Order: sequence, then structure tokens, then C-alpha cells
Amino acid sequence: MVATSVDPMIRIENVSKFYGHFRALDQVSLDVQAGEVLMIVGPSGSGKSTLLRCINHLEVPDAGRIVVDGILVDNDEKHINAVRAEVGMVFQRFELFPHLTVIDNICLAQQKVRRRSRAESQTIARALLEKVGIPEQAQKYPEQLSGGQQQRVAIARALAMQPKIMLFDEPTSALDPEMIKEVLDVMLALAHEGMTMVVVSHEMGFARNAAHRVAFMDQGRIVEQGPPDKIFGTPQHDRTQLFLSRILH
Amino acid sequence: MTVDHERPEIQPRPRDLRAHLDEFPWWLLIILSVIGYMVVQIIVDPIYRNIFNTILQGLSTTLYVTAISFVFALIFGLFLGLGRVSNSVILRNLSITYIEFIRGVPMLVLIFTISYAVVPLLARTFGLPNNAISLTSRAIIALVLIYGAYIAEVFRAGIEAIGRGQMEAGRSLGMSRWQTMLYVILPQATRNMLPALGNDLIALLKDTSLVSVLGVREITQVSRLSVSTSFRYEETYFILTLFYLSMTLILSLLLQWIQRRAKIKR
Ligand SMILES: Nc1ncnc2c1ncn2[C@@H]1O[C@H](COP(=O)(O)OP(=O)(O)O)[C@@H](O)[C@H]1O
Ligand SMILES: [Mg+2]
Repeated sequence: MVATSVDPMIRIENVSKFYGHFRALDQVSLDVQAGEVLMIVGPSGSGKSTLLRCINHLEVPDAGRIVVDGILVDNDEKHINAVRAEVGMVFQRFELFPHLTVIDNICLAQQKVRRRSRAESQTIARALLEKVGIPEQAQKYPEQLSGGQQQRVAIARALAMQPKIMLFDEPTSALDPEMIKEVLDVMLALAHEGMTMVVVSHEMGFARNAAHRVAFMDQGRIVEQGPPDKIFGTPQHDRTQLFLSRILH
Repeated sequence: MTVDHERPEIQPRPRDLRAHLDEFPWWLLIILSVIGYMVVQIIVDPIYRNIFNTILQGLSTTLYVTAISFVFALIFGLFLGLGRVSNSVILRNLSITYIEFIRGVPMLVLIFTISYAVVPLLARTFGLPNNAISLTSRAIIALVLIYGAYIAEVFRAGIEAIGRGQMEAGRSLGMSRWQTMLYVILPQATRNMLPALGNDLIALLKDTSLVSVLGVREITQVSRLSVSTSFRYEETYFILTLFYLSMTLILSLLLQWIQRRAKIKR
């Protein structure tokens, strides 16, 4: 057991977020330890994306505090950049840069943010394409790839920045069923390497194989959390039971 | 034995003559005929030829004013457009104010105001004599200030057409707002903006005729000066029309060609 005095990789304290008068996050508190894989499940509109996006300051919380690897995520541009350099994000709709080839997608931020040379960034990009299983697609444009391949490029693009934390926002929900596995396999490998991951997804297989902890969100709150078999097997709250009965049929 | 259904052979209907005739660019043929007729006139009729040669002297000024104004209007319009979509309330409102100002005043009036009021005022402020800036330069400054506002709106629309997710993807990789704008948003936006920018270039070419009021010797002014002594109104203004029509036609065909190439080249 790791000593409890070790600071968590992500600390979220009483974070609230409003859109107008609508409370998207309601005093959420959550810690994620280094190397932990946390899964967030919950109905649509429960604030999962909002919470994820607060971690790398794509959304600005109205109240509360978020500390990532010892860096306070506030409006200080230096802090924001430092946090974003450590946090990779994968989006539901991939968000690859359509005007750039696959390899240039992976190299752009390496060169502009990490100040790596062209050659160095390409070497890293090729190694990552190998890792996600599509080395032969380097010179293609995103639209020439299948959804599963695009999402794997997006993962490679985030990994190229050598993040300590990876955030996944429903990475497989825009994919055809036959492509889901190829993306989950990459994520699984990443989890086994010890990457700290926060994954919003309803993929039960991934939860059972990789997640250390599952948090259930509803109406902007974390209703309950615990190990996957406990949350899925013996959920304590009615709302969790109702939600699970719907997605597990 | 299986029943052999009598199935009619389904074939795509051969594209008939009618369809070809419907799609033929008749308008282009008509315009080219008019141009052709005028060209013949110019070749066979010495009066036409003289007037043509006179107007030709203004052509370089028209082209030069168009090109210079367009390049600077593009640069100015880009910055105005970026201001327009900026997060900063001050920058955004400054840009909107400027754009609405320009859009709310007739172009001819703006050309007078800028050339005879704004430029001299600025010249004086910087301790320059009133006539330090030539009329052609004033014309260019006026066109840049006016078209910058129009082009800013093109940039704004182009930038806003790119989904929010692209900016977030760039930001989540640690790139700044400006880096993401420069390397991710603008390259995509510019490609979508080519048709609108092309239209503005053609409009600008036509609007250079307005700076004749400043006495800039572009083709309209040269024509006006010529009729004032020759009184050959019909020949002169028909040929002047021919000049603009040919130039806009060539430009628009050229732009279509560039757009098709840009699409193929992705
Ligand atoms: N930019 C926004 N403006 C207004 N409302 C928003 C915005 N983003 C999200 N919301 C609202 O906040 C709530 C939570 O959204 P979200 O975090 O995307 O939920 P989830 O990812 O769990 O489906 C939803 O009701 C959504 O409509
Ligand atoms: Mg969501």
C-alpha cells in the first residue's frame, strides 16, 4: 500500500460549474491517484464531460479548486499551459486536424509546444503509430481513415506530448461496433503501463478489465464510487441501480 | 427448372442532347460574342482603336491599385477579423465598431472622407504637409480601409465555421489560442473562404472605378478625360465597359480554376 501522505495526481475539491442558472457540477470532490484508472459513468447531461474539461481548464469552474500534479488549475496562463502539457485529452469526435496528414497531426504540437525538431517529432510519431497499430497510415489524411483508426491517431497525438494523465471523453461512442475493440485495446495497454487515466465511458468490458474505480454521476454530483464489481454488482443508490439496469439491460 | 423472369435490362438513360444543351454555358458564349464583336470593331475602326489605346494607358493603374489594395486589405481584414472573434471585450468591440462604421456609409462618401479628411488630418498630426500623400496613395488607403472591413467579415465567418472542437483539441495539446488559430483554424478557414475572397477581389476591381473621383488616372478617369475633349461618348463608354467585363470575366474564370485545384489538392 502506497503511503497515504502521497499527494494525488488529480485533486478536485468542491468544484461547481454553472451554465447560466443551470448547475452542471454541484460541489464535486474527487481524487485520482498516480497510475489509477478511474471510470466515470452516468446518464447523458449528468456533467461527466464538464468535469473532465475542468481538469485541463477547457471549462472554468465557478467554485472550488483543482490541483493537477501539484499545479493549481486557475486562470494563470502559466499554470494552464503547465497542466495542459501534462494532461492529454481524447474526444468523442476525435477532433483530428483535417488539413494535416496523420503524422503531421501528431507532430504539430510536439514542434510548437515541446519545441522538438521535425526529425525528432517524426521519430516519436512513428513509434506511437506503431504502438497504436497503424504505422502504415502515416501519410494519409484523417478523412481517409476509419473511425477507429482516427481515434487511435488522436490517442497517439495526445501521447506524443508525453502526458502524465490521459482524459478520455466517450472515446468509443462515435464508433461503429466493430471498431470499438481496437480503440479499447490501445487504452487497455495504456492502463497496464500505469498511465493515470480518467475515462468517461459505458464500456463495461473496459471497466472490468482496467478500471480501479468507478464513479457514478447524476445531476452534477458524484452519487457513489467504488471498485467496478461493487458498483456494478451491488450498487447502493436507487439512481445507480436504475441507470445500470438500463445500460446492462 | 427455375422460372425465368422476363426482366427488363435496367440501363442508365444515355444523356440526351437536351441535357447537354441545358448545361451549356450560354451566358459565357453571349458575353464572349459581345467581347468578340467589340474586338473586331477595335481592329477595323481607327476611331475605336484610338480610344482603346487611350484607355489602355489607364489599365496598369487600375490593376496596380486593385492588387496593392487587395493585399493590404487582406492583411488588415485578417487582423480585424481576428479582433472580431477575440475573447477580449475591448478588441472585439473596437473591431465591430470599425466594421459597422464602414458598412454604414456609402463607398463613394468614404472615399471622399478618407482621402480629403482623414488622411490630411493624420498627415497634419504627424507634422507632414497636406499634400505629402499622393492621390493614388490616398485612393489605395481608402480602398484598404473599406475592403478591410468587408474582408474581416469573411474571415469571421470562415473562422466561426470551424467547429469549437478544433480549438479545444489544439488547446488541450498545450498550444496557445494564437498558435491554434495560426496552425489549425486559419488553414482550414482560408480554404472555405476562397470563393468569398474571390468575390471581394472582383468587387474591388470594379470599385477602383470610384477612385476616378480623386483624379487617379485609372481606366474610368482616363475615359472621362478623353470624352471631355473628344465627345465620343458611345465609343468610349462601350470600350470602357468592355475593359471591366473582360477583366472580371478573366478573374472569375481564374478563381474558379484555383478553387477547383484547391479542392483536388484538398
Ligand atoms: N457550453 C454549455 N452551455 C450551456 N449548457 C451546457 C454547456 N455544456 C454543457 N451544458 C449542459 O451541462 C449539462 C452537463 O453537460 P455534460 O457535462 O456535457 O454532460 P455529460 O457529458 O454527462 O453528458 C448538460 O445539461 C448540458 O446541456
Ligand atoms: Mg459528454
